[in-house]
Amino acid sequence: MCASAICALFAITNALAAGKGPEKEQLKLGFIKLTDMAPLAIAYEKGYFEDEGLYVTLEPQANWKVILDRVITGELDGAHMLAGQPLGASVGIGTRADVVTGFSMDLNGNAITVSNEVWAMMKSGLATDEKGLPRHPIPATALKPALEKFRAAGKSFKMAMVFPVSTHNYELRYWLAAGGINPGFYSPSDVTGQTRADILISVTPPPQMPATLEAGTINGYSVGEPWNQQAIFKGVGVPVITDYEIWKNNPEKVFGVTKAFADKNPRTHIALIKALTRAAIWLDDKGGANRKEAAQILSRPEYVGADYRVIANSMTGTFEYGRGDKRALPDFNVFFRYHANHPFYSDAIWYLTQMRRWGQIPDGKPDAWYVETAKKVYLPEVFVAAAKELVAEKKANAADFDFLSDGFRAPTKDFIDGVEYDGRKPNAYIEKLALGLKGQQKIESGNVVGK
Amino acid sequence: MSSASNVKAVEGAALAAPALVASDVAPAANAPAVASKPRFPRVNSAIDASIRALSLIGLGFLQPIVCMLRGEDPRAHMRQLWLDLGAPVLAMAAFLLLWSQVSQGIQTSLGQIPGPAAVWEQTKALWADHQVQREKAVAFYERQEKRNAERQAEDPAADMTVRKYTGKPTYIDQIFTSLKTVFAGFLLATLIAVPLGILCGVSKTFNAMFNPLIQLFKPVSPLAWLPIVTMIVSAVYVSADPMFEKSFINSAITVTLCSLWPTVINTAVGVGSIDRDLLNVARVLRLSKTTQLTKLVFPSSLPYIFTGMRLSLGVGWMVLIAAEMLAQNPGLGKFVWDEFQNGSSESLSRIMVAVFTIGIIGFLLDRVMLALQSAFTYGPTR
Repeated sequence: MCASAICALFAITNALAAGKGPEKEQLKLGFIKLTDMAPLAIAYEKGYFEDEGLYVTLEPQANWKVILDRVITGELDGAHMLAGQPLGASVGIGTRADVVTGFSMDLNGNAITVSNEVWAMMKSGLATDEKGLPRHPIPATALKPALEKFRAAGKSFKMAMVFPVSTHNYELRYWLAAGGINPGFYSPSDVTGQTRADILISVTPPPQMPATLEAGTINGYSVGEPWNQQAIFKGVGVPVITDYEIWKNNPEKVFGVTKAFADKNPRTHIALIKALTRAAIWLDDKGGANRKEAAQILSRPEYVGADYRVIANSMTGTFEYGRGDKRALPDFNVFFRYHANHPFYSDAIWYLTQMRRWGQIPDGKPDAWYVETAKKVYLPEVFVAAAKELVAEKKANAADFDFLSDGFRAPTKDFIDGVEYDGRKPNAYIEKLALGLKGQQKIESGNVVGK
Repeated sequence: MSSASNVKAVEGAALAAPALVASDVAPAANAPAVASKPRFPRVNSAIDASIRALSLIGLGFLQPIVCMLRGEDPRAHMRQLWLDLGAPVLAMAAFLLLWSQVSQGIQTSLGQIPGPAAVWEQTKALWADHQVQREKAVAFYERQEKRNAERQAEDPAADMTVRKYTGKPTYIDQIFTSLKTVFAGFLLATLIAVPLGILCGVSKTFNAMFNPLIQLFKPVSPLAWLPIVTMIVSAVYVSADPMFEKSFINSAITVTLCSLWPTVINTAVGVGSIDRDLLNVARVLRLSKTTQLTKLVFPSSLPYIFTGMRLSLGVGWMVLIAAEMLAQNPGLGKFVWDEFQNGSSESLSRIMVAVFTIGIIGFLLDRVMLALQSAFTYGPTR
């Protein structure tokens, strides 16, 4: 079980002993046009990659499937990935491959947006504050009137997320399930995940979300920034809830490489993570004073490319819910604080519990399996090695890192439904959740069977 | 995407090829008969030659001007000038006016449809961006040189490979990438199509064998080829230090597959329609098969082959843009897609710039092929 971890450690110590520059200097990294790719853009623009002796080219990719495939085939050396992607690949949901991560890129940063039509249906039923504005967080129960109307009209209610194993998928499902709406189960015979669903959830690439919503193909979506704020600026939809409110400080994107790459180029891997960590520090430095500049950089066509004002809306500590309803949300994008970059096993295990909950992992697994899988994919030892080098070079403060962590965050109740999550007890956690597969339950011919 | 149907339409025209070619090259011949007494014969013939060259590259309107300057029948030349220059310019002006009027009326979620002024603005911005990137590249190489020098001072055996600039490709770079790709695909297509076409034209059996295959694959859109090409290339083209990028190979092969057919069909038709008398003469003279092929068949079918190649290049250019968009391979198609995804307030204008660039380059490619065609073919069918 720990063989790979020991192996990786061994490789690291070897590399450190050698004390040489990176094995591979010219690298191509992929990203999706989302604000949380910021550490990559900043590490490039601020010369952090070059400081580590790396010549990095950043290349935008069409969608998450393309990014994963290109990393696996080696066309990309590494990429901005959804936290669920390296895990999903290892478990064999979709493409089966050994992808690992030693760097978690950010916390939070997503939201759920509904079309103007749906917003009009749910608005009247919302609790309001003294200013007459809707009270947040809005529970998914508020969607029920809209669902009724759609059902009465004989239409299906459709929502989009970005990838089957995306954080957005699990957040959307968590929110819906917490409001008593069944988002649907996956099963070996239904890879679309729409078995028993009240709302049909499907995949759309992030930058196409606003256009697809505008075209009426979907009624709402769960996506990262700036595509929720874009809906407001384009006047095509209204963001109803952020993922910060669904799970406070949830781990979001990771920097993924293949296991083969990590094993073959340990120095390069550490050098990459050092550069990215410095970028993350810069992004959260001085209480967010650098965020305006970051938004400016991200608005260039080669990075995110959306207008500055759209990107700045969520990058500078605010979030606009309805048109003109702009509220302070300082932790909407976290790039470094709260040990954001440390790849905790417990973060990986949460995603695995959600994969099990919705049937992407069709059979029940023992707790030990969860830990084992997390340790295969998440490499905190690589991150710690990189962070220690940064501390030694006086580019970072030792106090900002959790060098003694055993890989598990403290149990937390910061979820919209208040259910406590302890990464050490995944099965007990699954039992506590309202909807979803538990124990040895399975989907058979469209029904939940077993216990 | 209607590219498949476009391909078909274009090829319909291909079969009537010689007529089409003649009318394209003709403006000089259609011009009013010149009956002036040559005062300076040599100078005049030089001028005539250069006029012919100009008309090939689309500057045919200069001819009436020159002729009028030479004091030839002004009325006839005025008419020619109107047809060659006045009418197209007027139409262009009307188009710009209509465009700027209509664009003001359409509101998209990305703002107004850009008018000519906004597009021109973005053209300048893209050029400025290109300059900035070039400066950055220079700074990048300077930094690298310095770092490498330091490294060598520390360790004389250090790897001193100069790394390529890592910044983004500019618009101008994307244009050149697309051009390179289309030419590579086109060259490959020609190398396959011409021999295949000659075989089909010479041998009835071959024609019967290949015709069904050609008819089957001809209407296939690039979008259908692309996934297959991508999978095969990634499976077959494996090397540690590849000479070409995989994406380049993918796009080029897709272009090849789609632009093969006009050349094959035209070559076959050209070879098949060779004058029987010529072949009879060859038989009387007992020319060998090889000589027949090189001295008779090939030269006499050249006009057809070039017409086919011209159509192929046109198809290839259209296909390439679609392939780049879909496969995210570098080039103008990717530029369009990236800008669409950016969804910024400038995106639409930038896409318009790309649309015009694609059109102008397509036009120029056609002209180049036309010039080659008339440079290589002789006789009345030209």
